Amino acid sequence: MAGERIRVVTGTAVPLRGDDIDTDRIIPARFLKSITFDGLEQHLFEDDRREAASRAHAHPFSNPAYARASVLLVNANFGCGSSREHAPQAIQRRGIRAIVGQSFSDIFFGNAVALGVPCLTAARETLDALMTIAERDPGAVFDVDVEAKAIRAADRTFPLELGAAARESFLDGSWDATGLLLDRFDEVQRVAARLPYVDSFA
Amino acid sequence: MPHTLLRKVWDAHRVRMLPNGQTQLFVGLHLIHEVTSPQAFDMLRARGGRVAFPDRTIATVDHIVPTRDQRRPFGDLMAEEMISSLEANCRANGIRLLDLSSGHQGIVHVIGPELGLTQPGMTIACGDSHTSTHGAFGAVAFGIGTSQVRDVLASQCLALEPLKVRRIRVEGRLSAGVYAKDVILDVIRRLGVQGGVGFAYEYAGEAVERMSMDERMTLCNMSIEGGARVGYVNPDTATFDYLRGRPYAPQGDAFDRACAWWQSMASDPGASYDDEIVLRAGAIAPTVTWGINPGQSVAIDGRVPSLHEAPAAEREQVAEALSFMGFAPGQSIAGTRIDVAFLGSCTNARLSDLREAARIVRGQRVAPNVHALVVPGSQAVRAAAEQEGLDRVFSDAGFEWRGAGCSMCLAMNPDRLEGRQVCASSSNRNFKGRQGSPTGRTLLMSPAMVAAAALAGELVDVRTIVRQPEVLHGR
Ligand code: SF4
Repeated sequence: MAGERIRVVTGTAVPLRGDDIDTDRIIPARFLKSITFDGLEQHLFEDDRREAASRAHAHPFSNPAYARASVLLVNANFGCGSSREHAPQAIQRRGIRAIVGQSFSDIFFGNAVALGVPCLTAARETLDALMTIAERDPGAVFDVDVEAKAIRAADRTFPLELGAAARESFLDGSWDATGLLLDRFDEVQRVAARLPYVDSFA
Repeated sequence: MPHTLLRKVWDAHRVRMLPNGQTQLFVGLHLIHEVTSPQAFDMLRARGGRVAFPDRTIATVDHIVPTRDQRRPFGDLMAEEMISSLEANCRANGIRLLDLSSGHQGIVHVIGPELGLTQPGMTIACGDSHTSTHGAFGAVAFGIGTSQVRDVLASQCLALEPLKVRRIRVEGRLSAGVYAKDVILDVIRRLGVQGGVGFAYEYAGEAVERMSMDERMTLCNMSIEGGARVGYVNPDTATFDYLRGRPYAPQGDAFDRACAWWQSMASDPGASYDDEIVLRAGAIAPTVTWGINPGQSVAIDGRVPSLHEAPAAEREQVAEALSFMGFAPGQSIAGTRIDVAFLGSCTNARLSDLREAARIVRGQRVAPNVHALVVPGSQAVRAAAEQEGLDRVFSDAGFEWRGAGCSMCLAMNPDRLEGRQVCASSSNRNFKGRQGSPTGRTLLMSPAMVAAAALAGELVDVRTIVRQPEVLHGR
């Protein structure tokens, strides 16, 4: 079983400024008390949104203008902290299908790939320009082109970066790895048999 | 050609190169717990898959278990449901579950090592970012998400991209009152919370070689806070001595064969690294976080930053952290009043941590305004501590003595901060809301510093205590 092929993600974008946004902020731990991922999107950034409201700010994820966004724009080290897949799950369930940022934590990036949510990177200035476009016009449409590694918006094109393997996994649908990992099970068994600890160094 | 441990372990576990360029890597040990596994079993079931190597997965309950009253059914029905679900999944798939009645239950990163499941040269995966802890043994240990837990259940493999290696040499000796926790907080402050992205951290140098296995675990545990998914220490005689006789370690002649293989997996002299940094152990002081990420820390005799001295790019973040924490710019960190003292977590709740804290607490009283609790990392740690009478030392001083679990490290059970409480914590994350109250405030530090703060009701320099001859021994 392979995943859907993902070449381009098109839609409006929600800009979320700030470095080091951790997964406890994306989805606080109390919402992990469930044996499913259902309904997680309702609690996306819940504490941050409440705090923003108390200061009469609108958190981008509370702003109705961004309610239908399918691209998320972030700064550096997005998704650091806990490995909870609940974070990219909540983001995906909220309708986001691609994320563009300066950088991502390794675990968040891997989790997002495994869900079929491409995370592409660009320099701070590029993110600033992209966020400004989305802030000035929440209706602006962005094309995140995984294949060409670029993002187009407001008649401009900005180059993006994405590792070769991750890019390939979106283009060929192998981001859903389970099937692929089982393809050559004989080789898995061979490696296991070769590792001395597997039979306790007998 | 000389290679690093990371490279040797990678090569030994490589199944094949996948068409997309990732490596398919065999996972030697898979650890699961109640919070990140139920959905993985559901996904596997939905695809009609089965667990490929059930005896290479071990389960325990830690994140959500209550630590006060552990009778079933739990008062928290959701906790009861999650743990029942893990029990059912383990039963259906033939996976060993070390539950509350086993005597081996505890935080997954504490029990793996203490049972001898964690061994050098292995690949380890667990749906928890602090899986890096197991690197203390020279294992390559990855924190993974739930879809990857599904992959490991289905195939005992992960699809991964290679990591670069940064060697961090800590040369010289640590001063009294300075611990592995201070070293890792210092590393994260210097290299930043993003500094390790894309890297494995190899810790080396005299100070690391002299560390006990417990201390090496503390060091590797928080690699992830520095952005490094993997951290490790090369195995040596301290590693082998620790493992000898552990229930899941090889026994008899097999143990000698194991030592030879384990030793062969260590980084070779002359191996090349993608990056290297050197720290002087003697320059590291007891360190405390003042902000809302683990890189925002300062020596206990230092001051929180003032805005003008912060680099322009960080000024906004510093201002946000100071205002959240309620610090005035440039204020001294010592003397900060605390409401809660938490001794626990996979970072610092092993026996040696409790001993170190107990020798500060012995014969003293917790300050009247402080709620203090000790949550041992495992049932075995708790039992060993009780054997030595440490439970009495803590209880007599006014600490609560709890059952094993994650507890107030992430507050998924009833242990949590209220309102804007300030917590001196031996855990690993000071993110906003981490300890259960969206406005709660966390100060990370070593267990000895937590103990000293609990007694004083405010942050104090533990060196002023451990230098007194009656408590300074054994280091
Ligand atoms: S103690 Fe804290 S960091 Fe460690 S596994 Fe539990 S929740 Fe995670």
